Amino acid sequence: MADFSIQNVSVKGISACVPKENFVNTKDVFPGMDNSEMQKIVSMTGIDKHHISPTEICTSDLCFHAAEKLITKLAWQKEDIGIVVFVSQTPDYILPMTSAILQERLGLQSSCMAFDMSIGCSGFVYGMSVISSLISSSKIKKGLLLVGDTITKFISKQDRSTFPLFGDAGTAIALEYDESAKEMAFSLHTDGVGHKAIIVNDGGQRSPFSAQSLMPQNYEGGIERNDAQLYLNGMDVFNFSITKAPASFNQLMSYKETNIDAFDYFVFHQANKLMNETIRKKLKIDPSKYLYSLQKYGNTSSATIPLTLVSELQDELANKSLSLGLCGFGVGLSWGSMILHTDKIATLAVIEI
Amino acid sequence: MELSEFILNVEEQFMETDPGMIQGNTEFRNLEEWSSLIALMIIAMVDEKYEVILTGDDIRNSQTIQDIFDKVQSKVNA
Repeated sequence: MADFSIQNVSVKGISACVPKENFVNTKDVFPGMDNSEMQKIVSMTGIDKHHISPTEICTSDLCFHAAEKLITKLAWQKEDIGIVVFVSQTPDYILPMTSAILQERLGLQSSCMAFDMSIGCSGFVYGMSVISSLISSSKIKKGLLLVGDTITKFISKQDRSTFPLFGDAGTAIALEYDESAKEMAFSLHTDGVGHKAIIVNDGGQRSPFSAQSLMPQNYEGGIERNDAQLYLNGMDVFNFSITKAPASFNQLMSYKETNIDAFDYFVFHQANKLMNETIRKKLKIDPSKYLYSLQKYGNTSSATIPLTLVSELQDELANKSLSLGLCGFGVGLSWGSMILHTDKIATLAVIEI
Repeated sequence: MELSEFILNVEEQFMETDPGMIQGNTEFRNLEEWSSLIALMIIAMVDEKYEVILTGDDIRNSQTIQDIFDKVQSKVNA
């Protein structure tokens, strides 16, 4: 059972960057959609607008700007950074790993280890567990976790089951070896039975990209997409999320012998409002402690948790000590919860490029 | 649990479908307002009010409101 704690690592800062261009969810996005249908989508998802990257902006660009500004704000010396982990399902290339590109672009030393992790909605929690374990056991002084996706590049504009939901974002989390840090705690899970519930089918080696990949196909409800674009089985993912996310958070609380009242705030993966509210009610979390950035940014895949922290909690993160309950769930299927204590960390307003 | 009460709970998920339009034998896919969003709202309602989880297959394999009701009831009684 992957329930564990990590000592001697603290988060020193968090930043987030989104592309400037944003899309407001209106009926005009879809030919033939009437106003009441779009209103229903907006009221159910809680998503008014989402930021979409132009062709020339990749996830690594968003993470680069988030990291660069955070390093400056922290006044870190770049030679102290010994590890960079890039968590994303939207890398620059199939190979090499994007973390190497970012290591060079950020001006970090070649003594810095760098690798990618391909995980989506649960990626922040997984990434935190991996980089924190490495810092804790290696005594590497400082590390950067770069988490984000430009998932909209995989989305068909003629797919109303995905297009209104998703946005792009890149984030940076600065971590430090710190013997006075309060421990982090994790509960991590996987169920690959559901690996086809959220999938980009073509373009890997199981189903290589071909001319056929670009052929538009029609699905129920006027949906059109091709096999190189994102498919999401809404009902199966919904069902999975409202079951597994609360169960994993409860498991983590029982492992740490704590309860809902011990947390200042909860930041869960921003999927959609109906799903997130169902999860909140099951855990009996007070609405005032359960944060949303969905209305502004939509579902930004792996970036939702750090983006919401920065967007909704910037001042409190900077001025207070906080106990945070975090939970990511989705593609894989994969899910995980963590407890994070922060103590007056560096934050910046959400950066737009 | 009662079918009549279940129907009222299902009706609340619709905005433009008049009360009384939905009966046990209603084939829900034929309702003009039916959509995959409403399916999700029904799954959420069933989770909240009946504390059981309908799967995607439960909805996919149902034709009528009665079929969904039967699946909820069998889970509640399991």
